[in-house]
Parts: sequence; structure tokens; C-alpha cells
Amino acid sequence: MALTLSGEEIGAKLEEKFPGSIVESDKDSFLVRSEFLLPVADYLKDTPGLDFDFLSYITAVDYYEYFEVVYRLTSLEHNHSLVMKARCYGRDNLSLPSVVSLWRGADFQEREIYDLMGISFDSHPNMRCIFLWDSFEGHPLRRDYL
Amino acid sequence: MAIKTEPFVLNMGPQHPSTHGVFRMRLTLDGEVVVDLEPIFGYLHRGIEKLVEGRTYAQIIPITDRLDYAAPMSNNLAYVLAVEKLAGITVPERAEYLRVIMAELQRIASHLLAVGSFLNDCGAYFTPFLYMWRERESIVDLFDMVCGQRLTYNYMRIGGVSHDVPDEFLVALDKFVGRMPFFIDEYDQLLAENEILLARTKGVGILSKELAINSSASGPVLRGTGVEWDIRRAAPYSIYDRFKFDIPIGSVGDCYDRYRVRVEEMRQSVRIINQAMKQLPPGEIRSEVPPLLRPPVGEAYGHIESPKGELGFYLVSDGSIAPYRLHIRPPSLINLTALRDMIIGWKIQDVVVVLGSIDICLGEVDR
Repeated sequence: MALTLSGEEIGAKLEEKFPGSIVESDKDSFLVRSEFLLPVADYLKDTPGLDFDFLSYITAVDYYEYFEVVYRLTSLEHNHSLVMKARCYGRDNLSLPSVVSLWRGADFQEREIYDLMGISFDSHPNMRCIFLWDSFEGHPLRRDYL
Repeated sequence: MAIKTEPFVLNMGPQHPSTHGVFRMRLTLDGEVVVDLEPIFGYLHRGIEKLVEGRTYAQIIPITDRLDYAAPMSNNLAYVLAVEKLAGITVPERAEYLRVIMAELQRIASHLLAVGSFLNDCGAYFTPFLYMWRERESIVDLFDMVCGQRLTYNYMRIGGVSHDVPDEFLVALDKFVGRMPFFIDEYDQLLAENEILLARTKGVGILSKELAINSSASGPVLRGTGVEWDIRRAAPYSIYDRFKFDIPIGSVGDCYDRYRVRVEEMRQSVRIINQAMKQLPPGEIRSEVPPLLRPPVGEAYGHIESPKGELGFYLVSDGSIAPYRLHIRPPSLINLTALRDMIIGWKIQDVVVVLGSIDICLGEVDR
């Protein structure tokens, strides 16, 4: 039976390893500061006992004051999963580090978020629109796009 | 004297019979050999994730039918599971069993379509496809009996299913699952050791285990590489922990392995349906759920093993009658991440075979 790891527990562990990296955590997820996103993701992927080798999905939610990007990580070896979140404040020129170098599965999903939510991912190998055409104006999945 | 040559760009699709919908591949060719591939999506993008933000939770169920239209029952199931998780709704026993029966019938129907069209792509033109279409037709007739629809079923409800099955359904289902193993044997006699099929698929489009995991592949694409990962076993939803079934896996991750995994999965689905039919209890088919459901503020992720892979719905509720955000995790789109790696170096006629072996549905890729 799959186990969902506690965000609090993992969050505390990460805070110890990378001081200042975790903003908050609750039982389901933890929120990571965007400048620590890559080192934290790398640690989660390669640490024995955690081994989050499978990225289930990435998505983004528009909460007006900020955008929340949600990463669901799974370990096929240990059959456990974890939700990691990061936030982008503001409406323009938003960016987060790309995790494609760790999980190739992020490739199309980061492009989808860029296309429909307007968050670009730094060092993504091909940061272009995926569904809409390049000259399309606006990002339709934002809450203020009507 | 050497002849000067240069690479050649070919657009395959969006209108091409072997792309199974409106999907475009921009191929760079060196003679017949593919040296680069760029997948281009979006021809069927309907903005479903935006569309649902203006609808109540119950009104979204028929929209999920239009995602992977080769397996609407599975889409229904994944969505209602996510809503039930979000709102804490329990489902009556009989409804759980009916859901499992429908989901497994749907898996057989989807795999029949996938395998039939895959064999078409390999050059076994329409004969095996029509054999499989014959059995798929029986499943569609069964679905017609329970919900009156042959394509977009809209059968699952939040808290149960829409109708109880009529008496003649169970008789017809019993007849179907009794015959199905013999039909699968028949397909194998015709095809499994066919020399042309082996030559076209063995060792073609190999996906390594490491790349499959790293690129988030799921379903038969992942299991074909030898990874024993099935959400029905790894994180049993509904009542899947009550059934005995095996998880078929491949060994090298080529097109042949993916084809074999699908055929074996059909046998396992028949096994599950047989057990579910024997255990099917009488009783209610739906629990009381308000028509204008207002789930508490929060978020939930419901995922299932759909015929194509991990199908998930991520829901965020703000306490109103419509979801604040609904994200669909599309197995078809994510399984295409490694397409380029699988095809480079193969000839253009292998492109159709490799793409057919992945089994995509463009309604789900583009959403």
C-alpha cells in the first residue's frame, strides 16, 4: 500500500540540510523557497531512503497574489509519494528553475505551465508554447483571463 | 564521386492515419533514417481545464468522457474518485463492484483498439483489427445496456453510479467473459509468432527502464520495460485490494513487449471481472450527495491505472459549487516525452509502429 510521506517530517529534514529553504509545511506537503528548489529536488531524488525517481506530475494554481507550482514525487522503489510546492509572486516575468535536468518527465508539463499560466522555467531546453500558437496573447488558465 | 546530400524535413500529420488523431511529428530525415523528431501538439486543445472552472462538480463528469474517448469509463472513475476524496464521500459496496467491472471492461475495449490499430500500423491490414473490433462491439453493447450510450458513457456519479445494471446485463457479461479468453488465444495463434510481426516489432523502438522512469512513463509503456508498477497494486483505489491478478511485464521495452503486455492485461482484466461478478452484492448503487456539492476548502489528487497509464485529477476547492482548479495528469501526453529517443535512428516506416505501440489518444494529449 502506498505511503504518503508527511510534509512536516521531510520539511524539517530539509530545513536542517538546507537552512532557510522551507517556508512552511503541513501534513500533506511542504513549500520550498524557489532559490532552493533545484538543490532540494536533487536531494530528494538521490538520497537513499527517499529515492524519488518518478515525477508524477507538475501543475500550477493561480491564487491571484501568487502562483503555486505543485510537484508530486513518487518513489517506485519504496512506493511512497510526496508533494512539494513553490510559489511565484506577481503577475509578470515569472520564473522558476526547471527540473528537466533531474526528471525528463517535466519537459512537456513545464511547457504547458509556461503556455497556459505564464510561468517560465529557467534552463529548460525548449521553453516554447506547447498547445497554443506562439503569437497567442495571454495565458488562458489564469483566473483573470476571461 | 560522392553525391552531395542534405537532411530533409518531413511533416507527418496532423492529418495522418497512423497518428491516431491530430498529432504532428516534424521529422528530419537522412534518406529514410530519422535523425531528429519534434512532436507538435495542440490541434485538439479545447481548454477543458479552463472550461470546468465554470461548472458544478456533477456537470464535469460528461466532460471527462471527452478526454480519452477510447476509455471514458476510466476517466469518469478517476474524476469521481478525486471528488469523493476531496469531499469525503463514501460509496456503496454494489457501486464499487459495478465500477470495477466497467473499468476492467473498458480496459479490454481500449486495449483491443490499441492492439488492433497497432497491428494495422505494422501492416497486418484490417484483418486482426476487425477480429478485435468484433469483441469491442460486445463490450460497447454491454455499456449500452447500462447507460444507453455507446461512446460517451457518463455512467459514474459522485457517490456511486447512475443506474443499476439490468438483469440481462449480467447474463450477457457472463457470456462475454466466458468467450473472451478463447478470442485472446485466437489472436495469439494468428499473430504472436508471426514472422513479419516479429521482424517489425522485436528490438524496434527500445525504451530503457531508466529512461522510462525518468521520463514519467506509465501504463503498458512503463511495464513493457520490465518495471512492475501498476497503481491498482501500488496504491489500490476503490476495491482493487480484494482481487487476485498478475501484473504482466516485458523485458527489453521494445514495441513487441508493449504489445504483449496489453494482450496479457486483457486476460487479467477478465480474471478481475470474473471475481467481481461472483462477489457482486445486492444493495444501493448511490449514496446521498447534494446536487450542488460544496466540498470543503482544500485539495485532493485521485489517480487510477487507466488503460494508458496513470490518469490523475488534481482538484482544488475554494468551498464553492465549482472547482477552483482542476488539473488532469494525462498519461498519453507524458508517455510521449521519450518518443524522440525511441525513434531516432529508425526508419520512417518504423515511426508508425513505435507511435502505435505507445497508444495515445489525442483527446487526452491536448485536452
